[in-house]
Amino acid sequence: MSSTVIHDHGAHDSHAAHQPSFARRWLMSTNHKDIGTLYITAAVVAGIVGGGLSMLMRAQLMYPNNTIVSNGQEWNAIVTAHGLIMIFWLVMPALIGGFGNWFVPMMIGAPDMAFPRLNNMSFWFLVMGFIFVILGLVVGQGSGVGWTLYPPLTDSTYSPGVSTDFTLFSLHLAGISSLLGAINFIATILNMRAPGMTMHKMPLFVWAILVTAFLLLLAIPVLAGAVTMLIMDRNFGTSFFEPGGGGDPVLFQHLFWFFGHPEVYIMILPAFGIISHVVSTFSKKPIFGYFGMVYAMVAIGFLGFIVWAHHMFVSGISVDSRIYFEVATLVIAVPTGVKVFSWIATMWGGSIEFKTPMLFAVGFIFLFVVGGATGIVLANAGLDQELHNDYFLIAHFHYVLSLGAVFAIFAGFYYWIGKMSGHQYPEFWGKLHFWTTFVGVNLTFFPMHFLGLAGMPRRYPDYPDAFAGWNYVSSMGAFLSGISTLVFFYVMYRVFTSKVVLADNYWGEGATTLEWVVPSPAPHHTFEDVPVIR
Amino acid sequence: MRFSGWRVSLGALVLLAFGMPHLAFADGYVIAPKPWEMWLPQPGSPMEARIDHFMAFVLWIMAGVVGFVALLLAYVIVRFNAKRNKVPSTVTHNVVVEVLWTVIPAVILLVVAWPSINLIRYEADYQKPYMIVKVTGHQWYWEYDYKSVKGLDFTSYMIPDDKLQPGQIRRLSVDHPMVVPAGEKIEFEITSADVLHGFYLPSLGVQRYAIPGQIVHSWTLLTKPGTYYGECNQICGINHDAMPIEIQALPMDQYQAWVKKAQAEYADNTPNRTPAVVRPALVQLAQATR
Ligand code: HEM
Ligand SMILES: [Cu+2]
Ligand SMILES: [Cu+2]
Repeated sequence: MSSTVIHDHGAHDSHAAHQPSFARRWLMSTNHKDIGTLYITAAVVAGIVGGGLSMLMRAQLMYPNNTIVSNGQEWNAIVTAHGLIMIFWLVMPALIGGFGNWFVPMMIGAPDMAFPRLNNMSFWFLVMGFIFVILGLVVGQGSGVGWTLYPPLTDSTYSPGVSTDFTLFSLHLAGISSLLGAINFIATILNMRAPGMTMHKMPLFVWAILVTAFLLLLAIPVLAGAVTMLIMDRNFGTSFFEPGGGGDPVLFQHLFWFFGHPEVYIMILPAFGIISHVVSTFSKKPIFGYFGMVYAMVAIGFLGFIVWAHHMFVSGISVDSRIYFEVATLVIAVPTGVKVFSWIATMWGGSIEFKTPMLFAVGFIFLFVVGGATGIVLANAGLDQELHNDYFLIAHFHYVLSLGAVFAIFAGFYYWIGKMSGHQYPEFWGKLHFWTTFVGVNLTFFPMHFLGLAGMPRRYPDYPDAFAGWNYVSSMGAFLSGISTLVFFYVMYRVFTSKVVLADNYWGEGATTLEWVVPSPAPHHTFEDVPVIR
Repeated sequence: MRFSGWRVSLGALVLLAFGMPHLAFADGYVIAPKPWEMWLPQPGSPMEARIDHFMAFVLWIMAGVVGFVALLLAYVIVRFNAKRNKVPSTVTHNVVVEVLWTVIPAVILLVVAWPSINLIRYEADYQKPYMIVKVTGHQWYWEYDYKSVKGLDFTSYMIPDDKLQPGQIRRLSVDHPMVVPAGEKIEFEITSADVLHGFYLPSLGVQRYAIPGQIVHSWTLLTKPGTYYGECNQICGINHDAMPIEIQALPMDQYQAWVKKAQAEYADNTPNRTPAVVRPALVQLAQATR
């Protein structure tokens, strides 16, 4: 993607004149970069809270018969909040609201998002949602229903009190936030590309966000419907999911996973986008098989909507359903494989520099493949009967999320922090962060495969003593990961206190997308004149 | 991926690990989780044996895939790092490899899917059982209703940690295990009286949700007399981790003797259901049902 840009380095100064007040800039922001920064800040805060909860959980599980968490209800509330926070307030805001807001307009040569005020509104809905999910954790006995919210446990009989209502409403708020964001991204990408930026010249990260936005647009309303029905069942005497009133708890599972499976791709497609850019930049080679990469994402997005009941193999769905959902799920591995092999082919023949972002990207590729492989195992309904809801499942989705999506977030952070802040991260500390994280998370999650095969169920605060060994190892890994986060905070400290001035394109020849032709940090208004792409 | 070496004389290992004198069982054959276990439990049923076999098959293939990707990555890292390869190539297409990496995975998936579908059908075939046990999940205990034995319907609670007797396993042993004849096909009719629960027997390869208002079928056949364990595997409230499942398989004659005894003994042990209308505070309720 060769590009030329007519742009004016003086542009920055001409705007320095009307500096908005702090409140105006951050509380009423309409600038995509500022909103992106807000999203990333929110993700860091959520990451600290959600990560703190996971440290608590691993401390409890370090030994059998442990008493750090005082009872099962408290435990369930922690598990619920951890899952929801990590998904809706860490991974999604970082990848979509954060990097998406920052770089989609820049990469397509647009001055800003299509609807700047809507953009601001999306962010504040997210903050409200976060307050609600925390209330769901701390008010009363806490909402201990699991992130999957399955009724009847979610009903007012079994989860009395207002905390579960807080949790349910938090999903409405996060949902509206995502939905508005999705509309904004679709409008921006379809309408505001610079002249010459055809769809088939769009950078892969933009494609990834576009597909993600469509997934959100179709999936979030279904979640909203299901959550609304739960709220009605709890508070207004309906019985959508109550067998006593002719309702069906399994219906909820269908609705939830019709949202839930696309949701997992909502979390990973933007990560795919980031990894493509990082791999290409540090290999100093263009993406291998650009069209394959684009249409693999489109295919994954489409297939993501027709596999949902692989989460329900043990819910009593029929034999034919199990066979269909198994086969459909296996099919997704094909476009996923195309992505993985194309990344490796992009590296093949390259002149690869292993800076921190590239370390995280290569780490991502390997660990994502491990998670994908266990996904294939779980897709076999006959094996899922053995592994469903046990630690093998926990290992699977943490490999694709905590080691996949989160590695991509770090890759993106190290790749773009110079562009966002104007300061470079310290390479040594970045690499140290990578290696401590890599060792820590593998030590945490790999033993979970063994625990799962041996039959340890998920969402247990206490377990039979035979599971003690691997749980101890896993907790040690978790604490190492916790320490690695401190290294990351130190990296951030160094970034914000650095005085070094950065070039526009500090990665050099490999970085070819439009964000690399504007100064670092990117000025408040990116393009004073419309760039023209040839 | 198959650690058959780890399977050494189960019973012995378990006894060693827990320092148990002896189990209530004639031959002491017990399948329970073992310390540092890395593979599936010893199969207690033909279903688990098939799952074990197929799991090894799929995991080996997947290990091959992961290994292959790891090798490619390692090669690329060593061969194409900036120090060794100064000038990057500009190749961005190669139809042959692109077709190959689409077709080969598809073929591998076919190889997996075929036996997998057979396994699904096998697991679903609960017809023509010797007997039916209706399993009802409650907050937080199980209820076993023997459909073929009149009046035999009893509850099964976990032994709380402070009441454990020597030979019992913490968090797995229960007061009244489900007792069944070995070598016969048993059908489970699984349901729930309140929230979802999960009827999960890892060493038998059985797992189904217990769903209120619905009956979900599954089945097993315990190959040998012995004791087998399982756990609730769907979040169900404060004591989710405290409603294990214990199944004892007896030779047929002993089973029949047990039925006679149980009919008398459990006559007034029809479930003392937790009242659904007036619910005490969650924590008290949890203590009360321990
Ligand atoms: C090759 C690709 C994948 C396949 C074949 C696959 C397959 C599966 C299957 C069959 C399950 C259900 C297992 C069960 O409930 O027993 C599952 C669960 C899950 N997967 Fe994947 N998966 C894949 C990739 C991903 C990705 C990319 C993500 C997210 C980034 C993801 C996140 C999850 C999560 C969060 C769950 C657990 C949900 C829960 O029950 O809490 N998976 N996967
Ligand atoms: Cu899924
Ligand atoms: Cu349970």
